[in-house]
Amino acid sequence: MTSQQKAKAYWKENLKYLSILLVIWFLVSYGAGILFKDLLNTIRIGGFELGFWFAQQGALYVFIILIFVYIRLMNKLDKKYGYDK
Amino acid sequence: MSVQIWTYVLVAISFAIYIGIAIWSRAGSTKEFYVAGGGVSPLANGLATAADWMSAASFISMAGIISFMGYDGAVYLMGWTGGYVLLALLLAPYLRKFGKFTVPDFIGDRYYSSTARTVAVFCALLVSFTYVAGQMRGVGVVFSRFLEVDINTGVIIGMIIVLFYAVLGGMKGITYTQVAQYCVLIFAFMVPAIFISIQMTGNPVPQLGMGDTLADGSGTYLLDKLNGLSEELGFARYTDGTKSMIDVFAITLALMVGTAGLPHVIVRFFTVPGVKDARKSAGLALLFIGILYTTAPAVSAFARTNLIETVSDKPYAEMPEWFTNWEATGLLQFTDKNNDGRIQYLADKEANELKIDNDIMVLANPEIARLPNWVIALVAAGGLAAALSTAAGLLLVISTSVSHDLIKKQWKPDISDKTELWIARGSAAVAVVIAGYFGINPPGFVAAVVALAFGLAAASFFPAIILGIFYKRMNKEGAISGMVVGILCMLFYMMKFKFGMFGGGEPADWWFGISPEGFGMVAMIANFIVALTVNSFTPPPPPEVQKIVENIRIPADAGEAVSH
Repeated sequence: MTSQQKAKAYWKENLKYLSILLVIWFLVSYGAGILFKDLLNTIRIGGFELGFWFAQQGALYVFIILIFVYIRLMNKLDKKYGYDK
Repeated sequence: MSVQIWTYVLVAISFAIYIGIAIWSRAGSTKEFYVAGGGVSPLANGLATAADWMSAASFISMAGIISFMGYDGAVYLMGWTGGYVLLALLLAPYLRKFGKFTVPDFIGDRYYSSTARTVAVFCALLVSFTYVAGQMRGVGVVFSRFLEVDINTGVIIGMIIVLFYAVLGGMKGITYTQVAQYCVLIFAFMVPAIFISIQMTGNPVPQLGMGDTLADGSGTYLLDKLNGLSEELGFARYTDGTKSMIDVFAITLALMVGTAGLPHVIVRFFTVPGVKDARKSAGLALLFIGILYTTAPAVSAFARTNLIETVSDKPYAEMPEWFTNWEATGLLQFTDKNNDGRIQYLADKEANELKIDNDIMVLANPEIARLPNWVIALVAAGGLAAALSTAAGLLLVISTSVSHDLIKKQWKPDISDKTELWIARGSAAVAVVIAGYFGINPPGFVAAVVALAFGLAAASFFPAIILGIFYKRMNKEGAISGMVVGILCMLFYMMKFKFGMFGGGEPADWWFGISPEGFGMVAMIANFIVALTVNSFTPPPPPEVQKIVENIRIPADAGEAVSH
């Protein structure tokens, strides 16, 4: 692989990770917390209605997890392409 | 010891720490002044970003606002955290790789145009000034309430402290003071929250206590109780809120994208050594922010329940001491409309007898819950830490925009590093004075505009930066026209519906039912559309610029932040 092909392949994999993570980002916040809130509110966990919980708690936890997953994936990807030095 | 003495002691200790750090971490070069030398560890940067981010509004006002908004408060909770996902995934690593000092630097170089740079400087100044005035006001308010000095004296004391460490230490001084300020503010927020959670639900973790049963042995869930109380008094159910779905959607998106586009947040990621560190510190920053942001809604629910149970339909004469204390500040107002000597707290504006300011919920919470005096004093120190850390970060952006983006890059490129450093210090000092002036004489629109700063950032920077990284073919014509259209769109809507210009308008006239706070979403979309359309009719960027884009996409050889 030339360095240019390598860069292209790296970028493609990066974009794939980004799209997957951003879909989850959208689903937990705008999906579960806003668009489908009323539907989810029919499910209860303890004192929480689920839609309300996602909007005020759950989405935030997932955001944090998403960034750390991204960090892990990218560190691995950097290593795979030798960009980690 | 009395609350007053405790407050003086804790505030004095925390200020002494900030000043000590400032002296220890003086900046010796522009690189240290602008990006702390580019050698900040991801952990320190994460802590500093969290303190930079959480302003007086997050610390003092947010939990209170949410307790009145119920479910709708999610726009702030998700809006002010979700932006970090965008920041970490879409912006921070690439901007770090790019390796310059400021956001206008990126815009100017990527779009090979000093017009683009100037537009970006203008946006950065507009956003930062509207934001900083509110912080100085916050400092004044905390001083006046807890130390019983005049608000103006409070603002001036705050100005002197910020002046001292921002002017002396630049980004380096600010970074390490912010690390200390994060510790102060998170401790000050969590201690009362944990106490109250135990009191209300017996659960020491507020995030869980919120969904737990009440400690009175009734077996009723706290949120059910709160929903019931709210409905009884004619308010919406707490877990439902009143805003339309599209407005909640739009505000959340505008705040998220705005967060990712705020120059004082972005610039923090220029201070770490490499791309890997930029990603890591974004994750840590959100973790540290998340601690406060997941606790805040619990505090809101506890405070709301507590408040209703304490005051609703109770005789005024039997109110506890805190009630009269806060009445004296004017933040709590009781008018006995039906002369029955009892407090009717109702949704119906005609019959309601109690006016409650948002800020009380956090500031008075420790008193309402009868917590020890040192906890009450701690809240004052925490509020000051939150306001000062954000103010300092914003002032740095303002001074950098002037000394680096305007003077060094456009007006007098041949000045020496030493001279530039002195100009940076000078403009930081001038900016503190201007911010202090607005803190003392707040124009009526400050509060309204602070929330809209996000709309402005969303409408201007975000699309230009994203397209600059992810779309190699993006040219200057497209980016500039997008930014100009986006920001004008946002300003127009804001002036029309917030300040009654251009014929004004009522909420019923809002376009698509979207409030000015959420309009940043529409303005951002307008920016994208205009930018892409203009781009397709104009020539592609020169090959060397396309090279830059290819280069920032790869993390290797991040290099140090360079000035030229």
